[in-house]
Amino acid sequence: MDFLIGLYDSLPVAIQIILKIVVIMGPLMVLVAYYTYAERKVIGYMQVRIGPNRVGPKGWGQPIADAVKLMFKEIVLPTHADKTLFLIAPLLSIGPALAAWAVFPFDTGLVLADINAGLLYLLAMTSIGVYGVIIAGWASNSKYAFLGAIRCAAQIVSYEIAMGFALVGVLVVAGSLNLGQIVEGQSGGFWNWYWLPLLPLFVIYFISGVAETNRAPFDVAEGESEIVAGFHVDYSGMAFAVFFLAEYANMILISALTALMFLGGWLSPFQGTFMESWFAWVPGIIWLVAKTFVFMFLFLWFRATFPRYRYDQIMRLGWKIFIPITIVWIVVAGAMQVYDIGPWYQ
Amino acid sequence: MKTVIHYIRSLFLLELFKGMSVTGRYLFKKKFTLNYPEQKAPVSPRFRGLHAQRRYSNGEERCIACKLCEAVCPANAITIEAEPREDGSRRTTRYDIDLFKCIFCGFCEESCPVDAIVETRLYEYHFEDTDKKTGAYIMTKEKLLAMGDKYEAQLAEDLAAQAKYR
Amino acid sequence: MSFEKFLFYLFAAILVGSALMVITRRNPVHSALFLVLAFFNMAAIWLLAEAEFLAIVLVLVYVGAVMVLFLFVIMMLDIDLATVRAGFIKHLPVGIVVAVLMLVEMVLVLGPKHFGLTKYAAPEAAPADYNNTAELGLSLFTQHLYALEIAAVILLVAMIAAISLTLRKRPDSKRQNVTRQHMVKKKDRLKIIKMPAEEKG
Repeated sequence: MDFLIGLYDSLPVAIQIILKIVVIMGPLMVLVAYYTYAERKVIGYMQVRIGPNRVGPKGWGQPIADAVKLMFKEIVLPTHADKTLFLIAPLLSIGPALAAWAVFPFDTGLVLADINAGLLYLLAMTSIGVYGVIIAGWASNSKYAFLGAIRCAAQIVSYEIAMGFALVGVLVVAGSLNLGQIVEGQSGGFWNWYWLPLLPLFVIYFISGVAETNRAPFDVAEGESEIVAGFHVDYSGMAFAVFFLAEYANMILISALTALMFLGGWLSPFQGTFMESWFAWVPGIIWLVAKTFVFMFLFLWFRATFPRYRYDQIMRLGWKIFIPITIVWIVVAGAMQVYDIGPWYQ
Repeated sequence: MKTVIHYIRSLFLLELFKGMSVTGRYLFKKKFTLNYPEQKAPVSPRFRGLHAQRRYSNGEERCIACKLCEAVCPANAITIEAEPREDGSRRTTRYDIDLFKCIFCGFCEESCPVDAIVETRLYEYHFEDTDKKTGAYIMTKEKLLAMGDKYEAQLAEDLAAQAKYR
Repeated sequence: MSFEKFLFYLFAAILVGSALMVITRRNPVHSALFLVLAFFNMAAIWLLAEAEFLAIVLVLVYVGAVMVLFLFVIMMLDIDLATVRAGFIKHLPVGIVVAVLMLVEMVLVLGPKHFGLTKYAAPEAAPADYNNTAELGLSLFTQHLYALEIAAVILLVAMIAAISLTLRKRPDSKRQNVTRQHMVKKKDRLKIIKMPAEEKG
C-alpha cells in the first residue's frame, strides 16, 4: 500500500489528475449502465411485469448487450443535416454532465477540484447541457427534432431559475459556495441537515432537477406520443447511446447533488444519537451513495407513476409556482439566518 | 375558501403521493409474467391455431368435398378441387389453405358437416420462405392430413369437450 | 514560456478566431454557436486572471441562458440572406469609415501606451484562502450599494415595461384557465347513476 502511494506521488501532476478522473468516471459509467437496467426492472415491477431477464443471470448482462448492439449499429446521417453539428451535439450533451463531477466532494477532502465557487460551477454545468439538445434538434433538419429542441430549451431555461433560487437558499444557510463546506455545515445528525429548514426548496430543487434532465413527467422534449422521440429522432447507434448516457449521467448528478445539498452528503444520519458509535465503521462515501440511490429510485418511481405534463402547464409550474415559492422561502431563510433559529443557523 | 384549501392541498403534493403509493404497492405485488418459451399459458380446447384434416378410425379421410368451408371462408383462403375417386366416392384432389389469407376465424371448422377440417392448438409455427413457387405458406391436403394424424388424440378430445355447445 | 502564458495565448487565439467566425459565417446559427465558443474562451481567460466568479457567471448567464434564448429565436427565424446582403456593396464605404473611426478611437483610449507593467504594477497574488465571490459581494453591498440598487431598479422597470408592452389580452383568444382546470374534482364532472338492468329485447 505504501509502495502504491509512493508510486502515485512520484507521478507527474497531469497523470495524477487523469488517474483521479478515471477513478471517478469508471464507476460512474458502470452505474449509468446499470441504472438503465434498474430503470427497466423497477418500472417493470411497478407495472406488474418482471422486466429484462434474458441476458445473463437475471438479466444482468442486459446493459452490456445493449451497449454492444448500439456500438455496432450504423450512425445514419440524415440528408441535409448539418453534419458537424449533428455529430458534435451528443458530445456537447455528455460533456457538461461529466464535467460537473470535477467539483463533487465524495468525502471530507475527497474531491478532484476543491474550488470556492463550486455551487456556481455546478449551476453553470447543468445549464449548458441544453446545448447538446438544441444543436441536435436543429442539426437533424427534422421538424420533430426541432420541436423537441425548442421545447427543451424553453423548459430548461425556465427551470434553471427555480433551481438557482433553491440553491441560493442553501447558500444563505451554509454561507459558502464551496460544496465541502456546505456539507460540513450540516453536521450534527439527521435533524441538522438542510432538508428541514429548506423543505420547500428541497422539493422544488429535486422537481426542477427532474425537469432539467427531461425525465418523466417533464419529458416533453422526447414526448413519444406527439413528436416521436423529440430531439434524438434521427440519431442511431453510438450517437444515440451517448445521448442516452448523458441523460442518465445527469440524473445521477442531480440525485447526488440533492443528497449533498439537502441530506448531508457523506454525513452519517445517526450522528449525535446513541447509535453513532454502531455505524462509525461505515465510510462516508457509503452514506453518500445510499442517499443518492434514494433519489435515483425516485426518478424511476416518478416515471412509473405520473403521466406527462401538458406543455403550458410545465411553463406555468416553473414560472408561476416554483419561482415565487423559492423567492418567498429565500426571504424566510434569510430571516431565520438573521434571528439564529434552530441548529442550522449559527 | 375552497380555493385556499385546494392550494394548500396541492402545495403538500397530496395527490402525487397518493399516486406514488399505488405504484409503490404494485412494486411488491406478485408478477403475472410468463417466461414464454419455458412457461406457456394454458390453451382452451376451442383454440384456433394451425389447421388439420382428420380421418375416420379406419384411415379413410373425412372430407367429402362439400365445399361449405370454401364458401363460408370470409378471407377466401380455401381452394378446393374435387373429383369422384375410383370407388365412386366424392373426395378432394386439392385442398389448399393459404395461411397468409386465413384469419383463423374458425368458420370452416363450424361449417364442416363431418368434422374434417379442424383447427389445432398449435400456434408456434413459421415459414422458412414466402416464395410463391415453393408455397411454404400453403397448407396442402398432405400437410393437413399429416397434422391431423399427428394430433388426432388431442383433436378428438377437444371436439368431445365442446360437443354439447355446438 | 510558462504553462499559464501558453494557456492564455491558446484561449486568446481561439477567442479571436471564433469572434472572427461570428461575423463571417453565412449561417446565423453557426455564428451564434461561435459566439458561445468565444464566451467560453473569455471565461477561461478570466479564470486565468483569478476572476473565477465572473468567469463562471459569464458561462452561467450568457452561455446558459441568454445564448439559449438567442439561438431559440435565430433557429426559428427564416432569414433570407439575399435581402440581408443586397445593400452590402452600397453601404460598404460608410461602413468602412465608421469601422476605421471606431478602431482609431479604441486605439487612442485603450491603446498599449495606457497599460503595461510600468503604468500599473502587477497585482499581488491572492492568498490561497482568498474568496473572490465573497470579496465581490462585500464590495457590491457596502461600497457600491446605491449603484447596485439603482441598476436593480432600472432592470425591474425595463422588465415591467417589456411585459406590459407585449402582454395583450385578445378577446377572441381561446386561452385555458389552468388553475380552474386543476380545481375540477371528479364529483363535478362525473355522475354515477344506478339503474336496473334492461330486459333482453
